[in-house]
Amino acid sequence: MVYEKNDKNMKKDIILAGVGGQGILTIATIIGTAALSEGLQLKQSEVHGMSQRGGDVQSHLRISSKNIASDLIPEGKADMIISVEPMESLRYVNMLDKESGWLVTSMNPFNNISDYPDLEEVLNEIWKLPHYVTLDADKIAKEQGSVKAANIVVLGAASPYMGIQYESFTDAIKSVFSKKGEDIVKLNLKALRAGRQYAEKRT
Amino acid sequence: MKKLLLLGDEAIAQGAIDAGISGVYAYPGTPSTEITEYIQASAEAKQRGVKSMWSSNEKTAMETAIGMSYAGKKSLVCMKHVGLNVAADAFINSAITGANGGLVVLAADDPSMHSSQNEQDSRFYGKFAFVPILEPSNQQEAYDMTRYGFVLSEKYGVPVLLRITTRLAHSRSGVLRTESATENELKLPSDLRQFVLLPSIARKQYNTLLAKQDALEEDAATSGFNEYIDGSDKTLGIISCGIAYNYLIENYEDGKVPFPVLKVGQYPVPKKMLQKLYESVDELLVLEEGYPILEELLRGYLNLGKKIRGRMEGSVPRAGELNPNIVAKALGIGIAEGFDPAEIVKGRPPKLCDGCGHWDSFAALNEALKPYSGGRVLSDIGCYTLSALPPLQAINSCVDMGASITMAIGAAEAGLVPAVAAIGDSTFTHSGITGLLDAVNRKAPITVLINDNATTGMTGGQDSAAYGKVEDICRGVGVEEDHIRIIKPLRRLHEENVQVIKEELEYEGVSVVIARRECVQTLARRMKLKAMEKKKAAAKA
Repeated sequence: MVYEKNDKNMKKDIILAGVGGQGILTIATIIGTAALSEGLQLKQSEVHGMSQRGGDVQSHLRISSKNIASDLIPEGKADMIISVEPMESLRYVNMLDKESGWLVTSMNPFNNISDYPDLEEVLNEIWKLPHYVTLDADKIAKEQGSVKAANIVVLGAASPYMGIQYESFTDAIKSVFSKKGEDIVKLNLKALRAGRQYAEKRT
Repeated sequence: MKKLLLLGDEAIAQGAIDAGISGVYAYPGTPSTEITEYIQASAEAKQRGVKSMWSSNEKTAMETAIGMSYAGKKSLVCMKHVGLNVAADAFINSAITGANGGLVVLAADDPSMHSSQNEQDSRFYGKFAFVPILEPSNQQEAYDMTRYGFVLSEKYGVPVLLRITTRLAHSRSGVLRTESATENELKLPSDLRQFVLLPSIARKQYNTLLAKQDALEEDAATSGFNEYIDGSDKTLGIISCGIAYNYLIENYEDGKVPFPVLKVGQYPVPKKMLQKLYESVDELLVLEEGYPILEELLRGYLNLGKKIRGRMEGSVPRAGELNPNIVAKALGIGIAEGFDPAEIVKGRPPKLCDGCGHWDSFAALNEALKPYSGGRVLSDIGCYTLSALPPLQAINSCVDMGASITMAIGAAEAGLVPAVAAIGDSTFTHSGITGLLDAVNRKAPITVLINDNATTGMTGGQDSAAYGKVEDICRGVGVEEDHIRIIKPLRRLHEENVQVIKEELEYEGVSVVIARRECVQTLARRMKLKAMEKKKAAAKA
C-alpha cells in the first residue's frame, strides 16, 4: 500500500458506487484532478441517461503511471470500491481484488426501495471482507458543517489507500469547488480531513 | 498544447469545432447528448457563431445538415442509434446526393441497452448507404477521426458515418488537440442539379457513389486507422473493431498480443488486409462491439473456409456489450475471481424523481381509467416511460418516438375505446404531431395525454421544441377547442384532474389533455442559478 511519488508501476482501479444524485461523479472529478496533477494517466467511465433517475450508479476510475487500455475494470481486479451507500458498496463486490482490495463506504442507507435489506445484515456482509472502512459519513459531515459534504468525507476515508498525495486532493478540492465560493471550499476541505482522520485512526 | 480531459462525446465535439464546422444539428439522445451540449457551451464556437440549437428530431437535424453541406459549409449531425432510424431516409439519400461541404454523421450506439429500446449496430447503416465509417477505440481517436471525417467527406464528396458506443461516449481521458482548420465560405455545388434526386439524376449519382467504393476502400488501407500488428503465434489471428481493441490489449502485459491483430477503425475494411491476416493464421477471432457484421462477412453464408470465431460461433456472447473478461474468455485466458456476488443486494431500478409531475399525472389517469378494463394506455419515450414500473404501472407500450398517438389510433380502430396516448412535450414535437393529424382526420376516439414539463427531461433537461406551443399546435392540427384541456398535475388537484380526464375519455373523438408542470430538475437548477445571481449582485452592491 505504500507508494512513492513517481512510482513507475502505480496503478489504482477504483469502482465508485452510489445512487443517482449522491455525488459520486464529484468524487470521481476530484480524484481525477488529483491524479492528473501528479502526472498520472486516467480513464473514467460514467453512467448517464436513464440509469441516473434514482437508480444505482457506478463509475469505473482507472489511474496508472502507464497507458490504460480498457475503460472498464476487469472483474476481480479492482483495488478499491468507494461507495456513498452501504448496500451499493456490495453490488460490485465481484469486481474487487480478493486479496488486496479495499472497500470504503458510508454506513448511511439511501432507502428508496420497498425491499431494502436489514442494515445490520448489510454491514455484517461488508465486515466479512478482509479490508474495509465503514463510517457514519452523514454524522461526520454534519459535524463539519453540512451533511451535503458526506461524499467528500467518504473520499477522505478512502484517500490513504489510493496512492495519491493528500495535498493533491486538497488542491483538487480547491479547484473543483472554487466556483461555488470560499465557504464551500472550506467545508469540503474539513470534510476531507475528517474522513481521512477517521480512516487513519482505525487502521 | 495541454491535454484536455474529455469524454469521448466531448472529444468528438472538440474535434468538430477544430475541424471548422459551421453547425451542429441534433436531437438529444443518450449516449450522444453531450456532443451538442459541449459545442453549445464552447466559447470558441459561440464566438465563431457555430449554429448549435437543438432540432425537433433527428430527421430535421440530418436534413438541415445536408442543406449546410449543399451550401458548401461543414456540419456535424449527432444522434443515438435509434435516432438514425428516424433520420434514415435523409441519411441514405445524402449518400446519393453526395456532400459538398464536409458532412459527418455521428451515431452513438448503446449495446446492452443502458438507455435504449434495442442495441442495433449503426455500422449496418453505413454499409447500407455505401459511405465510409470511422470507429474510434479511444478518446484521442474520437478527436482525430472526427477531424479526419471532414477531410474524407470533402475529398470524396460523400457523407461520413462516425460510430461510437456508450462506453467511449461516456468515458473520460486525456486528448491532445491539433491545429484548427478554418470554416468554409458559402459555395454552392458546381452542378446545381447534384442534389435533385429525380430518377434520371439519381441513377447517375448512384453510379458515381458506387464508382467511389474502390477509392474509399483504398483510403481505409492508407489512412492509418486500420492497422496490421504482427504477432509470432500464428495459431490465431484477431480482428478487433473500435473499442474492442482496448479490451483485447487489457488482457496482455504491456498490451503485447502474441497473435497477429488487425485493428479496425475505418470501413470498408480493405480486402487485402483481411486476406493477409486470413492467409497467415490457422483460425480467426472477431471482436466487435455490436452485431457480428465483420464476422458474418468473413464466414460467408456457408461457412466453408477456416474457422471464424466470434459472436455467431459462440466464443463471444451473441448480445450485449463487450468487456475485458468476455474477451479474456474468448482467448482462453484465465480471469481473476472476485468475491461472490452478495445475495443481500436488491435491485434499485431508476424511477421518477420525488415531486415530479408525472407521478400526479399518471395517478390521475389510473383513477380515471378505473371503470374500464386495463391495457388502454399506449405510451412513448421519455421519463414518463418509468410509469410502467410499480407502483404506477400505468402504461402498456413504449415502441418508438411518437408511437403512442398512432398506436392508440390503431388500437381504437380495432375496438379498444377509449384508448389513451401518453406522450411528453418534446416527444410530441419530435414525432407526435403528424400522428395527431391522422387522429383528427380519422376522428379517432382517443385521448392524448401530453405531459408537458417544458423540457427534454430524460436526457438531462435540454430545450424542448414544444415550449409554449403545445395547445397552438393541437389547435392548428384541428383538435376541437373544447377538447383541449389543461391540468396542473399536483396531488392537491387530484380530484379535479381525474374529472377532466374522465370527461375526455367519454368523448368519442380526439381530445387532448395537457398536464403541465415544470420538470423538478430544471426548476431546481433554475432556482439555484437565480439564487447565485442574486448573491453575486448583492456582493457587487
